[in-house]
Amino acid sequence: MSLLEVRDLKVTYGSGTAAVPAVRGVDLTLEPGTKLGVAGESGCGKSTLALALLRLLPASARIEGEVLLDGEDVLAMSWGRLRAVRWAGASIVFQGAMHSLNAVHRIGDQIAEPLLVHGRATPAAARKRVGELLEHVGLPATRASAYPHELSGGQRQRVMIAMALACDPRLIVADEPTTALDVMIQAQILRLIERLVAEQSISLLMISHDLAVLADTCDRLAVMYAGRIVEEGPARAVYEAAAHPYGRALSSAFPRIGDPSSRRAPRGLPGDPPDPADLPGGCTFHPRCPVAVDTCAELDQELREAGAGHRAACVHVGSTS
Amino acid sequence: MTTASTPADVARAEKARAADGASRTGSSLGYLRHAAGKLGGALVSLLAVLVTSFFLFRIIPGDPVKAMTHGLPTSAEQLATLRHQFGLDLPLWQQFTDYCAKALSGDLGTSFQFRAPVGDLIAEKLPATLLLTGVAVVIYSALGLWLGTRSAWRHGGLGDKLNTGLALTLWSVPSFWLGLLLIIVFSVGMGPVPGLFPTGGMESGTGETGFAYALDVAHHLVLPVVTLVAVGYAQTLLVMRSSLLDEMGGDYLTTARAKGLRDDAVRRRHAVPNALLPTVTMVFINLGHVAAGSILVETVFSWPGLGGLFYQALSVPDLPLVQGLFVVFAGAMILMNLIADLLYPLLDPRVGR
Amino acid sequence: MTSLAWERRKGSVARFWTSYRTHRAGLYGLVGLALIALVALAAPLIVGSDVQSVTEAPGTALEPPSAEFPLGTDQFGRSLLGLLVWGARVSLLVGLLAAALSVAIGTLVGIVAGHYGGWFSTVVMRITDWFLVMPTLVLAIVLATVMSRSMWTVVLAIGVTSWPTTARLVRAQTIAVESRPYIERATALGGGHRHVMTRHVLPNVMPLVLAQTTLGISTAILTEATLAFLGLGDPTVVSWGGMLQDAREAGAVSSGHWWYLAPPGIAIALVALAFTLCGRAVESVLNPKLGVGR
Repeated sequence: MSLLEVRDLKVTYGSGTAAVPAVRGVDLTLEPGTKLGVAGESGCGKSTLALALLRLLPASARIEGEVLLDGEDVLAMSWGRLRAVRWAGASIVFQGAMHSLNAVHRIGDQIAEPLLVHGRATPAAARKRVGELLEHVGLPATRASAYPHELSGGQRQRVMIAMALACDPRLIVADEPTTALDVMIQAQILRLIERLVAEQSISLLMISHDLAVLADTCDRLAVMYAGRIVEEGPARAVYEAAAHPYGRALSSAFPRIGDPSSRRAPRGLPGDPPDPADLPGGCTFHPRCPVAVDTCAELDQELREAGAGHRAACVHVGSTS
Repeated sequence: MTTASTPADVARAEKARAADGASRTGSSLGYLRHAAGKLGGALVSLLAVLVTSFFLFRIIPGDPVKAMTHGLPTSAEQLATLRHQFGLDLPLWQQFTDYCAKALSGDLGTSFQFRAPVGDLIAEKLPATLLLTGVAVVIYSALGLWLGTRSAWRHGGLGDKLNTGLALTLWSVPSFWLGLLLIIVFSVGMGPVPGLFPTGGMESGTGETGFAYALDVAHHLVLPVVTLVAVGYAQTLLVMRSSLLDEMGGDYLTTARAKGLRDDAVRRRHAVPNALLPTVTMVFINLGHVAAGSILVETVFSWPGLGGLFYQALSVPDLPLVQGLFVVFAGAMILMNLIADLLYPLLDPRVGR
Repeated sequence: MTSLAWERRKGSVARFWTSYRTHRAGLYGLVGLALIALVALAAPLIVGSDVQSVTEAPGTALEPPSAEFPLGTDQFGRSLLGLLVWGARVSLLVGLLAAALSVAIGTLVGIVAGHYGGWFSTVVMRITDWFLVMPTLVLAIVLATVMSRSMWTVVLAIGVTSWPTTARLVRAQTIAVESRPYIERATALGGGHRHVMTRHVLPNVMPLVLAQTTLGISTAILTEATLAFLGLGDPTVVSWGGMLQDAREAGAVSSGHWWYLAPPGIAIALVALAFTLCGRAVESVLNPKLGVGR
């Protein structure tokens, strides 16, 4: 059985005429011990997707579909069961650890909190475990008494990772874990995540705008555009030989890891991502597509086979290539 | 794969620890410097209050001695004696230096009305005011924080609207009017409501001691405290509400939810501690304000405190007493601001200590 | 050029109104204010200006409410309803003037301190901070005590004690406005200090000043009532606070004459509330982050 299976997930903010579809029918599968990367520009719905996995979206968001974690539907769970699954079943490393940590609590207490909430340890045992976790992510155990503002950006992200490991989850969702960091630190954090995930055979769902980062870390890649997955396949295949023109644009956008300036507009791709409240008809990518044909404005494309375990939603897939 | 604990990494961690140690000793010095600065500022403010109060009461048109004798026929000789007695015959600069020297040694002059040292009069009435305002501030801060938190956490809902609506309405009510109305309804008695509480004062004067006396004072406290709380809690509520609303978009709350915390634990353990900081400062500043605000409530309820004394001094007008009380009220504000300034860095780990 | 600026300003007023309209409490406040202002303006027509006259009072002393005197009479036999309507004029006038004075001082200090900066600004803001920690009410009472009894004294006492908050806000806004590039251009084109302050900064701080004035009026009305109640108001005019003082002196409390006491207080509270609601709505239109209307 797959560890995580997302079936036809839809998330809509607001309602009636003001309804904004952020995620429009996403299917994902993650096998135990594997690493999946989700790529896309800002506003394509990838952070909404991450929050939807643990039902962390605000009450104004309407969620449809299924999120099966170990065969259990997160979206249909009781609140009590949901709280038990959060962090213990799947934990999250958020982007921008400055704001994701509580500024007025010591980091040791913040790492210990899930242990205590889930009844995994007594306060004394939790304190010991916090020291181990901190050393595990390359920080001295004595840093437990520090406040977040006393740490550097990279150290804070290490704390986030230690926190995510606290309850030995089977899945870690990392939402832009390295975005706010400088290039050197980015590489260190990525290596750290890779090492820990490999050591403890945890599954990883990593979200980033940076396809190169994902290709470097993950086994499989999914490319999101306007709330949908437009390409999906083995990391190497998607990164080096993308079948969808958007995938190609993303993979040429980041010659190396980093460079946040190209975050919103990948190189060679004109225009901005579409406004989710006013999506273009047909294939949503057609106004920016360098290889669009006339029918693209009318006909939307389904994902279809583009190689071994490789699928893409483009009119050119299957016909040419 | 390479391990995370590269030499560079360890070195960085050690450096951060060293820097942290240094900054910790450095920042306790920093706190002392901050405290000294604030203390100096408060002293300058206090000095400015003394100077202001001196000149404020010297620009008064008319002769204070005439006011003192209530226009009764007084001989020029008597007036001269009085003037000499109060030092009003000296040149202005000498009056000023005398005044400053005396004020700094705690001597605030002699009351026209009571013919007693202003300092003694104030010391005598101070406990009653401290009791009244202390109880009121504790209650309305607690009430304001509690209701403000509830209001913000369910903002936009019916409870929030009723809550803020009621607070704003009560805030718009003049305190003295509310006090008078409460006396009519609950002390004088109205319709089916009997006179439940005394109309004024702090004790019945029937010679109770010990617990019975405390109970008697508490009985007298109820209506004045209710008045001060009703008029005052809105401010704490609104500050707490907007402070918590600012925190509600915080990513750290999403983290807390993701950890599997209950909604009320997210609020109690994570959101409220962050939102509380600006509100605590505000509570202390309120404490300074409420002392001055009690003038009206003490007058209405004949409470034997500084506010009542101020009203008595105004009606004469007994200038040395008014002046002394002005210095005391302003001094209370300065003191409370100082406490808030000194407390803030201790409460907020983000501000270096 | 000027017509273009005019058009732009008209557009921003329209935008302001569209946003203000969504604040229901603000609309209630506005309607309430319109009604009260109407009553105050039409008072001579409704009750006649001789309502204040003690010698030609129509009724006997301290009558309870009746058909002839819906709110009863005071100790001189004057109609309390008439006095209440007439009192609206004084309370509103003093409130408006005092708030205008306070905001004018605050705006002037704020713009000048923000524009010139340097040690001058530091000194001015130190003084402002000092005023900020003064007990405003006590200072106003003291001022009203040492000056002669008149409406202008009350206006002055409130106005000169309540400006520091406005000064702080306006200074911050001035600094923000002056950091915009077009100010630099205006200076480069030869615009002097005066030109920059009056033509560029002032129009940009106006909305803030409006919000401050609206909120200030409700405080000023409450302070006016307080001063009048303490016997520091103008003894020759009828105001709501003065009516409450009269009621207390006439023994309305001990004899339980609630009908004498209740209406002036309700009137004060309603007007203060209406201004507060409007002020908060304006504030949250200007700065949605304040979370007032959320």
